[in-house]
Amino acid sequence: MTDITVGIDIGSTATKAVLVNDGQITAQVVIPSGWDPKQAGRDAYDALLQQSKLGETDVKAVVATGYGRISLPFADRRVTEVTCHGRGAEYMVPGSRLVVDIGGQDSKVIALDGRGNVTDFLMNDKCAAGTGRFLQVMAGVLDLTLDELGELALVSEPAVISSMCTVFAESEVIGLLARGTAKGAIAAGVVESIAKRLPTLVGRMPHTEAITFTGGLAGNSAICQRIEHSLGRQLQVPKLPQMAGAIGAALIGSDL
Amino acid sequence: MQSAIYEQLETLRENNVIALKNAKEAGQNIVGIYCLYAPAELIVAAGASPVVLCGTSQKPIPTAEQSLPRNLCPLIKSSYGFAVTDTCPFFHFADFIVAETTCDGKKKMFELMEEIKPMHLMQLPQIQDKESALAYWVKELEQLKTRLEKTFDVEITEQKLIDAIELLNDERRSLKELQDVCRHKPAPISGMKMLTVLHNRGFALDKRATIQLVDQLTAELTERIEQGISTLATDAPRILLTGVPVGLGSEKVVRIIEEAGGQVVCFESCGAYKKVEPVQQSDDTLRGIAESYLDIPCSCMSPNQGRYQLVSRLAKEFQADGVIDLTWQACHTYNIESFSLRKHVQQQTGLPFLQIETDYSESDSEQLKLRLEAFLELLAGR
Repeated sequence: MTDITVGIDIGSTATKAVLVNDGQITAQVVIPSGWDPKQAGRDAYDALLQQSKLGETDVKAVVATGYGRISLPFADRRVTEVTCHGRGAEYMVPGSRLVVDIGGQDSKVIALDGRGNVTDFLMNDKCAAGTGRFLQVMAGVLDLTLDELGELALVSEPAVISSMCTVFAESEVIGLLARGTAKGAIAAGVVESIAKRLPTLVGRMPHTEAITFTGGLAGNSAICQRIEHSLGRQLQVPKLPQMAGAIGAALIGSDL
Repeated sequence: MQSAIYEQLETLRENNVIALKNAKEAGQNIVGIYCLYAPAELIVAAGASPVVLCGTSQKPIPTAEQSLPRNLCPLIKSSYGFAVTDTCPFFHFADFIVAETTCDGKKKMFELMEEIKPMHLMQLPQIQDKESALAYWVKELEQLKTRLEKTFDVEITEQKLIDAIELLNDERRSLKELQDVCRHKPAPISGMKMLTVLHNRGFALDKRATIQLVDQLTAELTERIEQGISTLATDAPRILLTGVPVGLGSEKVVRIIEEAGGQVVCFESCGAYKKVEPVQQSDDTLRGIAESYLDIPCSCMSPNQGRYQLVSRLAKEFQADGVIDLTWQACHTYNIESFSLRKHVQQQTGLPFLQIETDYSESDSEQLKLRLEAFLELLAGR
């Protein structure tokens, strides 16, 4: 019997799903989570099966993760994104000892034992500061897409944005715009303010030479550069940084 | 777990409100206490009843925030809120309150509370191993003794003190024996139920009757262990919960841990395992009491090595799989101490350690669930 499992990571912004067949990723889907996490999970699963030309009965196990994991009735198991990200990071960057993940509504630092098992973790989950949501709000004020914001940030000197709070930082950005500060400088300042928050979290964890960087923002090279600079350590960005949680979930499914 | 004795303990608090009113009307003197540092022996020796005051509920906090800063420990805000809204029957019926200068937040809050209720403030030293600190604390006990004697027009004799020590040592013995049943794997009672008993017993007026009830529950639980009966999962990760005081109304973290499949087997907190040792017999009775109370390993003491040693010892003795350190928001002493405690626990026991900083509200329940579930997964994977 083939070992086909599915991992579905229902995040606050995006729902990610992967199909793993005998340890290989054979299909993947990313859709917006929208307002109905249950439906998003269902849609992602259906799209994945369609892509793979498979039926539900071909799947050995479905593992759900992400904040929407509890709302997926057809999941065989629900596992937190901390555990799944650890497993997914190990799959994509074998031997990872420290994972930084910036998600839509929290950022996590996860210490691993070198085999994908979590030994310790820390989360910034009290507010939107330093998360993907923060960046999204700021991009909205600047009327840019996230990619455009990254590109602009790459070629500009950062303006100082001191507020950690998303609401206050938004007012600060509006103030900077009113004073005629260049968009690029603000974009760079926004990225810098996320990067500057990370050493506090990372510094509480055991020291490692390299850090595996996951989450949707890891696909943005401006953000990666700023974070690398701020942490003073090499970042290893996996091929599918946004899929780490879903991959981990699917791999956990094959252990069931 | 079906148990008539547990059910009696579960309703102990409500039933004692009526008992309290009746006792008060019959002339019984009542002294309210907030903290483990309040030397209950003196109160008992004065013929008064020491009762624990309310401070574990979110409910009166919005009212308290009309006077107190929002960014303050919820325990302080709740205690003050109950007082100012007059919604704690135990506070209402108390003749006066015994308070201590444990932390900055509490001592400044007590300045406001004093306007609502007569109060005796004890100046607590912040170091435990200095002769001068003990001498100072003995003086504080002497002053409380004088206040009690004056207020209630009684004489606290040596014999009354000795009797009070005996009674309260027996209470400590009984509570320690109850908590010790959870050394067994699997534990015969959930952390939530254990917390319910530990919380409710503080409101009881009749100490002897409560000791008897607790002893009966311990006997029942011991019997279950012997018969191999447990309603709890045998593979549940065993958690030692350390840190700030927890009670009913502020049990959020305990509840989430147990709903997620973990089990709190030991509480290294006030009202639980933080003080289970008896007051030692001494030629100088008051000094003996003072010594025993000064030994309490609270984070308001500096240094506070006793807590590190207690936590790592209990983690081993209760066969814990992980340690969770609970800190109330804006509780600086426990919050800062967590960094060193983590290092100590990991070095001494190798156990995973998680610090949770939260308040009484439900606003962060989802985030807490994620962290606690992830921690339990980490423990299960070891």
